[in-house]
Amino acid sequence: MSLLALHDVHVRFNTAGGVVRAVNGVSLELAAGETLGLVGESGCGKSTLGKAIMKLVPIADGEIVVDGVDIAPLDREQLNEVRRKVQMIFQDPYGSLNPRSTVGRSVAQPLVIAGWKPDATAQRVETLLRWVGLPSDAKQRYPHEFSGGQRQRIGIARALALNPKLIICDEPVSALDVSVRAQVINLLEDLKSQFGVSYLFISHDLSVVEHIADRVAVMYLGTLVEVGGRDHIWRNPQHPYTKALLAAAPIADPKAARARQRTVLQGELPSPIDPPAGCPFHSRCPIAQDRCKLDRPVLRPVDGGALAACHFI
Amino acid sequence: MERTDPLEVQNLSTTLFTRRGEMKAVDGLSLAVGAGETVALVGESGCGKSLSALSIMRLLPDPPARIVGGAVKLNGRDIVAVSEETMLDIRGKEIGMIFQDPLSSLNPVATVEKQIAEVLTTHTDLGRGQARARAHELLELVGMPDAGRRLDAYPHQLSGGMCQRVVIAMAIACSPSVLIADEPTTALDVTVQAQVLALLKRLQADAGMAMIFITHDLGVVAETADRVVVMYAGRKVEEAPVDALFENPLHPYTAGLIGATPIPGAARAERLADIPGMVPPLNALPQGCAFAPRCKRGMERCRREKPGLTQPTPGRLVACFAAEKG
Repeated sequence: MSLLALHDVHVRFNTAGGVVRAVNGVSLELAAGETLGLVGESGCGKSTLGKAIMKLVPIADGEIVVDGVDIAPLDREQLNEVRRKVQMIFQDPYGSLNPRSTVGRSVAQPLVIAGWKPDATAQRVETLLRWVGLPSDAKQRYPHEFSGGQRQRIGIARALALNPKLIICDEPVSALDVSVRAQVINLLEDLKSQFGVSYLFISHDLSVVEHIADRVAVMYLGTLVEVGGRDHIWRNPQHPYTKALLAAAPIADPKAARARQRTVLQGELPSPIDPPAGCPFHSRCPIAQDRCKLDRPVLRPVDGGALAACHFI
Repeated sequence: MERTDPLEVQNLSTTLFTRRGEMKAVDGLSLAVGAGETVALVGESGCGKSLSALSIMRLLPDPPARIVGGAVKLNGRDIVAVSEETMLDIRGKEIGMIFQDPLSSLNPVATVEKQIAEVLTTHTDLGRGQARARAHELLELVGMPDAGRRLDAYPHQLSGGMCQRVVIAMAIACSPSVLIADEPTTALDVTVQAQVLALLKRLQADAGMAMIFITHDLGVVAETADRVVVMYAGRKVEEAPVDALFENPLHPYTAGLIGATPIPGAARAERLADIPGMVPPLNALPQGCAFAPRCKRGMERCRREKPGLTQPTPGRLVACFAAEKG
């Protein structure tokens, strides 16, 4: 049984301009101990999907099965049980910590909610801070006294508090400088090998995802266009959008950068308020045919056990 | 030096005079950019790359910032001491600049046409009608989809990528000989980033502009630069042609940055090589080499003395005692 299974999940927002179809029928599985990368450009729905798994946004349709339990119909109290198993860390460590709460209190909060005794809580907080590489006097200090990288460590400590099985990492290193980014990525990998936690790693940075993920799901305009192993996605991408995304990602190696063929994808992401009929990518696709304007392709198996949603693979 | 590079920065120093003391934000920076050449200015937040660019453009507010030494030669003429009036004439005409956030560098209550035309009517003798026609041409040139219709659009009606195209159109409107691009694609999505990088390359090749490209992203450096200047704590710590820099970084900080950046398709490294600690704040710089407390090759001497730039091989510069020894 997979740790997380999504079946045809939809998230819609009503706005003044119309209904935004942020997540438009996503099915996906994540196995225990796995790191699944979720990539795509701004507005493709990747963060919304992450929040849907935490039920931080209303789920319009579909099933979100965490460890065998569908969380879509659960109420607040029932959700607490599930939320111990799934935690989330966010892009902006400044915005995800209470500025008026000491670091110790912030990290202890999940434990307090779960009914831990004060002694045990204090001990656990010490342990958590040590795991993420913060000094133990950090607990008396406030978030503003820490750098961006250290604040992200605080967020990770809080997420780890209740021994979750899955941590949803929403662009956790995008706001960090290169050298600090590497520190946090290494920390996440160490914690994974130490505790066997799984990650859903949401990022627009393909080189980071390639480094950390076992499998990768590529999202475009609320839908998945390709899902496959890390090597499949980088060595043998099938969907034209995956190919375009990889071709656009800068490579930190000048010779490799010059050597590769670059077809720069034209245009920009269409509005999710009125997504194109048929294949969501057809308006920018270099190989689109008439059929793509009418029929929406579904994910189906392609070479090497991967899935791709395209009529012409 | 008998060169006539469009831009020559010589020993430029900018100090911030604040209540907490004086901070050397740019400390003796020298660099030259030839016509048609792209020099990338690289480093992490707080290393002084943006302040260097703003110093060159004379856009820093005084107080607290003041250029305390050095020269900025634009087509041979030192602009460090010229009047603000002269600078108004130079900016946009001889030297253009593009900023990271396109939306905040545009006027939200003026149409695209008005903003591009303003640059043209300020610096050339074009009349209103001619300026509109030229604005249209410029929008076509920067690859704005549906350019004619966008002339009457306001910035909020355009996407981030389109706004950046407008900013680029304004920056190149008067064919400046030097263009400074400060993280121009950092706020953009990867496919749009690729479009804008390709656009900048094309415009530069066509016009032979000298370009300074400021970025923290080594991938973008590898894609765009001819030469690279690495900065740390306000100083240039290394300069090299792009291939040489990536093949054989001499400064431990450069090597650290490269090691910390994953390269897709390369053999999977078990761990990224991280640099311990973080960039020191400018008001708490260590006495010797600013990088010494984080450096794997740090020696006793590094904590006492600041290393100067040396030239180990022609075309390369490095400021490091350990690199000097090899």
